[in-house]
Amino acid sequence: MASVEISRVTKAFGATQVIHGVDVAIEDGEFVVLVGPSGCGKSTLLRMVAGLEQITGGEISIGGRVVNDLPPKERDIAMVFQNYALYPHMTVRDNMAFSMKLRGASSAEIDKRVGDAADILGLKPYLDRFPRQLSGGQRQRVAMGRAIVRDPQVFLFDEPLSNLDAKLRVQMRTEIKALHQRLKTTSIYVTHDQVEAMTMADRIVVMHDGIVEQAGAPLDLYDRPANQFVAGFIGSPAMNFIPGRIDRGGAVAVVADGGLRLPLAADAGGEHGQKVIYGVRPEHLGLGPGFEAVVQVVEPTGADTFVFCDAAGVRICANVEERQGFAPGGRIALAPRLDMVHLFDAESGRALPRRN
Amino acid sequence: MTVAAHGYAPAASDRWRRLALAFSDSRNLLGLVFMLPAAALLIVFLAYPLGLGLWLGFTDANLGSTGRFTGIANYLSLAGDPVYWLSVSNTILYTVIASAAKFFLGLWLALLLNQNVPFKAFVRAIVLLPWIVPTVLSAIAFWWIYDTQFSVITWALKGLGLIDGSIDFLGNGTNARISVIVANVWRGIPFVAISLLAGLQTIPGSLYEAATLDGASSYQRFRYITLPMLTPIIAVVMTFSVLFTFTDFQLIYVLTRGGPVNTTHLMATLAFQRAIPGGRLGEGAALASSMIPFLVAAVMFSYYGLQRRKWQQGTRD
Repeated sequence: MASVEISRVTKAFGATQVIHGVDVAIEDGEFVVLVGPSGCGKSTLLRMVAGLEQITGGEISIGGRVVNDLPPKERDIAMVFQNYALYPHMTVRDNMAFSMKLRGASSAEIDKRVGDAADILGLKPYLDRFPRQLSGGQRQRVAMGRAIVRDPQVFLFDEPLSNLDAKLRVQMRTEIKALHQRLKTTSIYVTHDQVEAMTMADRIVVMHDGIVEQAGAPLDLYDRPANQFVAGFIGSPAMNFIPGRIDRGGAVAVVADGGLRLPLAADAGGEHGQKVIYGVRPEHLGLGPGFEAVVQVVEPTGADTFVFCDAAGVRICANVEERQGFAPGGRIALAPRLDMVHLFDAESGRALPRRN
Repeated sequence: MTVAAHGYAPAASDRWRRLALAFSDSRNLLGLVFMLPAAALLIVFLAYPLGLGLWLGFTDANLGSTGRFTGIANYLSLAGDPVYWLSVSNTILYTVIASAAKFFLGLWLALLLNQNVPFKAFVRAIVLLPWIVPTVLSAIAFWWIYDTQFSVITWALKGLGLIDGSIDFLGNGTNARISVIVANVWRGIPFVAISLLAGLQTIPGSLYEAATLDGASSYQRFRYITLPMLTPIIAVVMTFSVLFTFTDFQLIYVLTRGGPVNTTHLMATLAFQRAIPGGRLGEGAALASSMIPFLVAAVMFSYYGLQRRKWQQGTRD
């Protein structure tokens, strides 16, 4: 096990720079998730840690050792690929034993390590099968078994659950987390799915366009997003954003461009007249005296009911937890939870801190 | 049908429509109809000549007469014919050496082309050229290259001061054998290289990355990933390559006509020699038919070679 230090790392493919100076410090035994939309550079960053991509600038060290110029096999890392990358012509056993065979380990040791990994992952009955004869979830487990057998300093996961169906994804997510709690190996996990990031991570690093937007514990990001991008990326359904201006005459509020008056807490930041984005999550919008909206679409999911409505020309999603008999066209009153409202500067997108 | 239910006799057109309906509903019948043109072509141009050839092999037919059935007389006389056995050993030598050379050079070329080379598409197109050119044309080109007086190779080597006299490429047995094999290899490499290149491109890059992380050197990646993943394609490609080489006719016929003194006669050229210019159709047919066991053996070899690869068959148990 080891810590991983990524400092001022940049990456360019030819003239195109895709990563612009990223700093991430990962502690020994931590489970860190790199999350962001497609093309944000998260996979590239992971591949640079693995040694599959050259590092254009900056430094990556694993366990205190700078690895910039070390070939992958000397970095003592194991990686789980999105498509599993199992060797199709080898049995499950041989897939898991491949790295040890290359290292020249004794067959007794190989048997023991493969057996242990197979036990942990419940792969014992499948050891003599070929990857083709396995289901997606089983293949995923073999890919992890291959990593476990190595007993590396760091596990790298590159969107390992993307090829699984929704139900299996939830199940494997729990399994990977349980595995990490058991092995306590430093892990870096790349995903574009913010739910995966929220549920699995000790710490999340949100990336966008080759920079780190914010890094922190899952609930920190949820409660205190540093900017509009993080606020919109973390949480499902996404946070509502309503552009407007702060009005400090009388009760503090944001007046939306269409005239809608959105209430603010008394300690909300920002100056009178400042152009801002008013952000509130659907789950923090309840029924109650606040502002009026016209129901457009109702999506009951059983536990939650999402109501998409129109408030003076602004489309808003609210999660009214109770089951409601709303019909499209009906008028409802929505009240935001004032302590959960976020304000972002309209120009920079940065969160406006509350006044003390 | 409704008309019949009302008590009217079904009209003729109605009966036809019903027939057409039953016909188009029957997958087997429809399949048979769609298969017929291809089957007809195969029967007329492949099965019939093959059958006729086999039959002629058991007769004493010549250019003047249809011949009588003589049993295995032709085969017996071939068995005692040293020229026949020379052509058999020539063919085996030619096939083994040329196929091996085509395989190694083709694989090497495929591996090179699979790298990121500049002007990739252009280079790949160039590589295919020897295969696209009609064999006879390239054979004639080689005939000039191997010419005793005007050979470009002799000229170049002389120019470099490496040799004094001319090389007699096609005039003595050993040189002639080497020369025709080189020409065959030149012509056959593109097929092997491009097919293997296609095979190489089906191997996902992530397998190499996984192997790299597992600690495999570039030789080990070739040995444990590339080669096993490529084996099924190698089997198919080399079967075809062996079949093409074993039955080669055009190159030899243009370059040496089997000479000097039969040293480059292959079974195919000897069969032609005996049957058409020699006029002994029966003997030529028997000679050609005697290639069949070799070809069947080559096909069986690759068929069972392919069968063993269990990992490709996605069977669940």
